[in-house]
Amino acid sequence: MTILEFTAAVAAVSFLAGLLGSLTGLGGGVVLVPLLTLLFKVDIRYAIGASLVSVIATSSGAASAYVKEGFSNIRIGMFLEIATTLGALAGAFVARLIPTNAIAIIFGAVLLYSAMLSRRPRSVAARNVPPDPLATRLRMNGSFPDVEGIRHYNVQRVPTGFSLMFGAGALSGLLGIGSGAVKVLAMDQAMQIPFKVSTTTSNFMIGVTAAASAGVYLNRGYVDPGLSMPVMLGVLLGSFLGTRILVKAETKVLRLVFSLVILSLGVEMIYKGIWGRM
Amino acid sequence: MASEPTWDDQKIELALGNLLRAGVLLAGFVVFCGGCIYLVRHGSAPADYHIFRGEPSDYRTVTGIIRDALARRGRGLIQFGLLLLIATPIARVAFSVWGFTRERDYMYTVFTLIVLAILLFSLLGSGAP
Repeated sequence: MTILEFTAAVAAVSFLAGLLGSLTGLGGGVVLVPLLTLLFKVDIRYAIGASLVSVIATSSGAASAYVKEGFSNIRIGMFLEIATTLGALAGAFVARLIPTNAIAIIFGAVLLYSAMLSRRPRSVAARNVPPDPLATRLRMNGSFPDVEGIRHYNVQRVPTGFSLMFGAGALSGLLGIGSGAVKVLAMDQAMQIPFKVSTTTSNFMIGVTAAASAGVYLNRGYVDPGLSMPVMLGVLLGSFLGTRILVKAETKVLRLVFSLVILSLGVEMIYKGIWGRM
Repeated sequence: MASEPTWDDQKIELALGNLLRAGVLLAGFVVFCGGCIYLVRHGSAPADYHIFRGEPSDYRTVTGIIRDALARRGRGLIQFGLLLLIATPIARVAFSVWGFTRERDYMYTVFTLIVLAILLFSLLGSGAP
């Protein structure tokens, strides 16, 4: 395969990943690394470097659209970014120390978990909970425009959320994914932040978290320009198009198909990690 | 409060959102230009990403990347675009420091400075000795 053919094929697959990721809301980053390693036989370290770059691009590109709706909470985001960026640094450093086979197996496990999570119905955050003293001191409680007017919320269990965020950051740095699913889990489940606020704030944090590990990957020589170029441009174009047609498309079937893809990629990553060469 | 604050959270957020999008578009444009040069010069060579070698030092450090980009080498230009992309969220955090200071929210100014320090360490200080 020549470089031109390789670039075109990688760009096409990245475009599709970005499109499906944004249409289903599951994120394209999670399928990129398995596709690059399994389909194109790219070394997993190069794949993770390229994926991180595309995660920054999609997260930052979508941010302005979310901000206009007035859901995201910049204080919650900034405070938790201390945890995610520290976690991302830790994950990126650990990535160099453990064998690539182990990274593949961990990646597979995360894929299986994401597939499972995407099939579970969304939980509803409890309403009218009393304010938590720590969250109040950190000025995290807020409000957002809901269907029945302005809705206030009180943030709960800050230490638990902070620890989960460190884990989300570490996974992001280790695997080159946005780990939006874990971030939403921490905010939505542990901290009882309303779903809309969780998802938009999490999107804002993903870019900053990925930038923290991308710096380490760049310095380590894991970010290859020839590979990252088609991945970044493809994902960016795909997710941009995805947000445009999001309103019209029937996403229920698409979500099912995409989670089946994630499931099978997870199984294959674990299989290759244990028996094959990565 | 008698007077309307000129820089509230929402306005800062909106400015930040636009900053992020502009950064991504600029980075995408630079990467695209570099990609064109790279493909015209090397498109017919065989692709090889099976074996991990790590990038040469020119593509690893901020100064090396800028030097290569100025020489208008395709891959150097792509790497410069990727550097712009990584710098975009960092610029956003730096801008938030200013925003929180203007609101006299010193607790969050400190939090944001911590995040900024971690990001700058990652980009500039995490190279292997």
